[in-house]
Amino acid sequence: MSDLLHMTLASAMTEADLARFLVLSSLLFAVGLCGFLTRRNLIVMFLCTELMFQAAVIAFVAFGRWHWDFSGQVFVIFILTIAAAEAALALALVVLLHRRRNTLDADTWTELHE
Amino acid sequence: MSLLSMLSSSVLTAAPVPVADVHQAFDMGWAGLILWLPLLSLIACGCCAMMRCTSKLPAWITVGSLAGSFVTAMFLYLNYEPPGDVVNIVRWIDLSWVGGGFEANISFYIDSLSLLWILFVTGLGTLIAFYASEYMETDLGSGYCRFFAGVSVFLFAMSALVLADNLVLLYLGWEGVGFASYWLIGYYYTKPEAVAAAKKAFIVNRIGDLGLALAVYLCWTSFGTVQYDELVTVIESGDYARMTDDWSVAAIPWLLMLAAFGKSAQLPLYVWLPDAMEGPTPVSALIHAATMVTAGIYLLARMYPVFLLDGDHTALHVVAWVGGLTALLAATIGMAQYDIKRIMAYSTVSQLGYMFMGLGVLTTYGAAYHVFTHAFFKAALFLTCGAVMHGFAGQLDLRKLSGLRHMKGWKITSYAMLIGCLCLAGFPFTSGYFSKDAILAEAFVTHGPGFQWLGFMALFTAGLTAYYTFRVWFRVCAGPVSYEAGDDHHGDDHGHDDGHFHPHAPRFAMNSVMAIIAIGALVAAVPYFMDSGVKGGWIADMVNDSTASEGIPAVRAAADHAADHAHGSLFGYDPHVAMYWVSGGVGFIGIAIAAWLHLFRREDAVSLRRALLSRSATAWLPRAMERKWYVDEIYHALIRAPLWVGSHVLHGIDRILVDMVLVDGTAKLPRLLGRWVQPLTNGTVHASATAMAGGVALLVIVVLLILHLGVFA
Repeated sequence: MSDLLHMTLASAMTEADLARFLVLSSLLFAVGLCGFLTRRNLIVMFLCTELMFQAAVIAFVAFGRWHWDFSGQVFVIFILTIAAAEAALALALVVLLHRRRNTLDADTWTELHE
Repeated sequence: MSLLSMLSSSVLTAAPVPVADVHQAFDMGWAGLILWLPLLSLIACGCCAMMRCTSKLPAWITVGSLAGSFVTAMFLYLNYEPPGDVVNIVRWIDLSWVGGGFEANISFYIDSLSLLWILFVTGLGTLIAFYASEYMETDLGSGYCRFFAGVSVFLFAMSALVLADNLVLLYLGWEGVGFASYWLIGYYYTKPEAVAAAKKAFIVNRIGDLGLALAVYLCWTSFGTVQYDELVTVIESGDYARMTDDWSVAAIPWLLMLAAFGKSAQLPLYVWLPDAMEGPTPVSALIHAATMVTAGIYLLARMYPVFLLDGDHTALHVVAWVGGLTALLAATIGMAQYDIKRIMAYSTVSQLGYMFMGLGVLTTYGAAYHVFTHAFFKAALFLTCGAVMHGFAGQLDLRKLSGLRHMKGWKITSYAMLIGCLCLAGFPFTSGYFSKDAILAEAFVTHGPGFQWLGFMALFTAGLTAYYTFRVWFRVCAGPVSYEAGDDHHGDDHGHDDGHFHPHAPRFAMNSVMAIIAIGALVAAVPYFMDSGVKGGWIADMVNDSTASEGIPAVRAAADHAADHAHGSLFGYDPHVAMYWVSGGVGFIGIAIAAWLHLFRREDAVSLRRALLSRSATAWLPRAMERKWYVDEIYHALIRAPLWVGSHVLHGIDRILVDMVLVDGTAKLPRLLGRWVQPLTNGTVHASATAMAGGVALLVIVVLLILHLGVFA
């Protein structure tokens, strides 16, 4: 078992492999960012932030593998847990905001301006 | 004739003067009353002002305490034995534990010179305060309290100045009298002229005070002490200049001179004194005629040994010439003025010039005697002018007053003024005659650069003095009765039903004081004959006992003073005898011209002026004299205008460069930047997010650029 595991993990990960993962991660982050900046629906914006989270998670895993260090994967577990908790909070907030203005449009909220 | 020969028979002999051996008097602490009584009166007047006192209480408090000071001074005089005492009152500055032994206590140096001064300062102060109790009665209330508080603080400072046993306490008094003078000139603080005059006096005096401060400092560094008795010992021993070079000892007389010329209104710095007449008249009489302005002469007389250190007496020659020129200049201005108080002011400047001339031509006793007589007759003149001003609602124009002596209630005023005028004009056998002659005669016999010419100039000035003095008296007091009221209707006693103006004559307080001071002016001739073992009598005795004697023995020997003072002859006679005739004659001529132009044929004065003005060759003369030789204008162009321009340029630089560019510009920079990025923060989530993402992107780009281009490599 350990041999198999070792062989699988030890199969060489080239720099090109790492670059591919990182490109995937940054593309995902860019998609999330663009979505966050362009969409006005609060729920979609929230989903976009989740996308950016996942981009970070992919980078963590990739670097963990590259450095042969499991801390990356441990971080991923933590991030997923916290993201779940935060998703509950965020959705609750969205519900509250919707109750206030009866719309999900983010641009109706400009109180930070003051 | 026998009187004259008696006067001239005794030659000025130099009595041995053990000035340095004054002993400490431990049982004379009561002398401090001279200082503390005016101080108490100041506090009491302040309390009166706080309690809103509307009676004449402040006047009586002041008169009482000043009289107390005078009596104390009298006791000091009766106790006085040459060479005098040092009385410690309060320990003040004592740095003897530091090493070097700097000591300046509130102590009195009681020798004949300070006694002479303190006697007439406190005596005249008392009388003039009594006069002012009536003069100032239109201002009963807070103004009355303020006035007498000012008089008290003046007497306190003047006593400290005169009695001080060290230069630091003298400096305190010097600044104190300057402050009191500022306070009282600006008494009518709602009048812009009075405020301007007060400021002018204060600022011009500052220039002189700088000289005194530096002189005190140099005395300390070169002689190692600021106390007179030690100073005299050090100078006599010749053991000085232990810390500095010769130049610092040589500079002391010049700095003292600057101080004296500021305080005593001499040539470069005299301009403040005529303007000081904006103050109430008792103040003009007390401070700006009789006492404070003689502080400069006191200072030079007190520090005379320093002046004699230089064998050539260069500093004294300058003192003499400045005094003589000031006397002439002020006399010519005084001739052409119409305001009687201003004429008296210029005559004060002129007489102070005589006193400095006396100091310069080595007759300290002549200078001190002239101070003494001048204090009386000039006080009498000012007080009578004040009575006229008080009675005629501020009228001071001599063309609009006439025949005062024929009016009811004005007899004392007229004759007191006559006595003052006679003394000032040097009429034979009045006090001014003897004191002025002492100076004039010495000017002819002392060797110095052009002193003969100085003497003739002073003689000519004496004639002018007689003329302008009697111009006032003949115009105001003699002739037919006619008058015009001034525009200063303050009291309710003028407003009679018929709408006509009635002058109100001085009452008891003013009359009695004028009479006493006028008699004093006559009696002031007597000291000249008292104890006449020495020529000059009592005054000469007094002065020769002090540091103001013509050099302390060792210095006198070194300077070979005798050669400098060889009694020559004038027109083949003894100079003093000759001068009695010459100056008397000059005085008569002046009085005769005044009588012709201003008493018998007044229309001639007008036509003479018109004749002078009509010819272009002579028109400048009356114009320049009436405009005071344009001195104020010249000072304005040379000093005030450049300062004004310079200060406005600097103000502009301050406003534009410092305020606008540096301060406001720095403050505006963040605001401008903020305005530029303001649209980004309209409060929506998208705007904030865009700004954040853009900022991060910008940072990343910058970092990448730096890494790739190797800016820091």
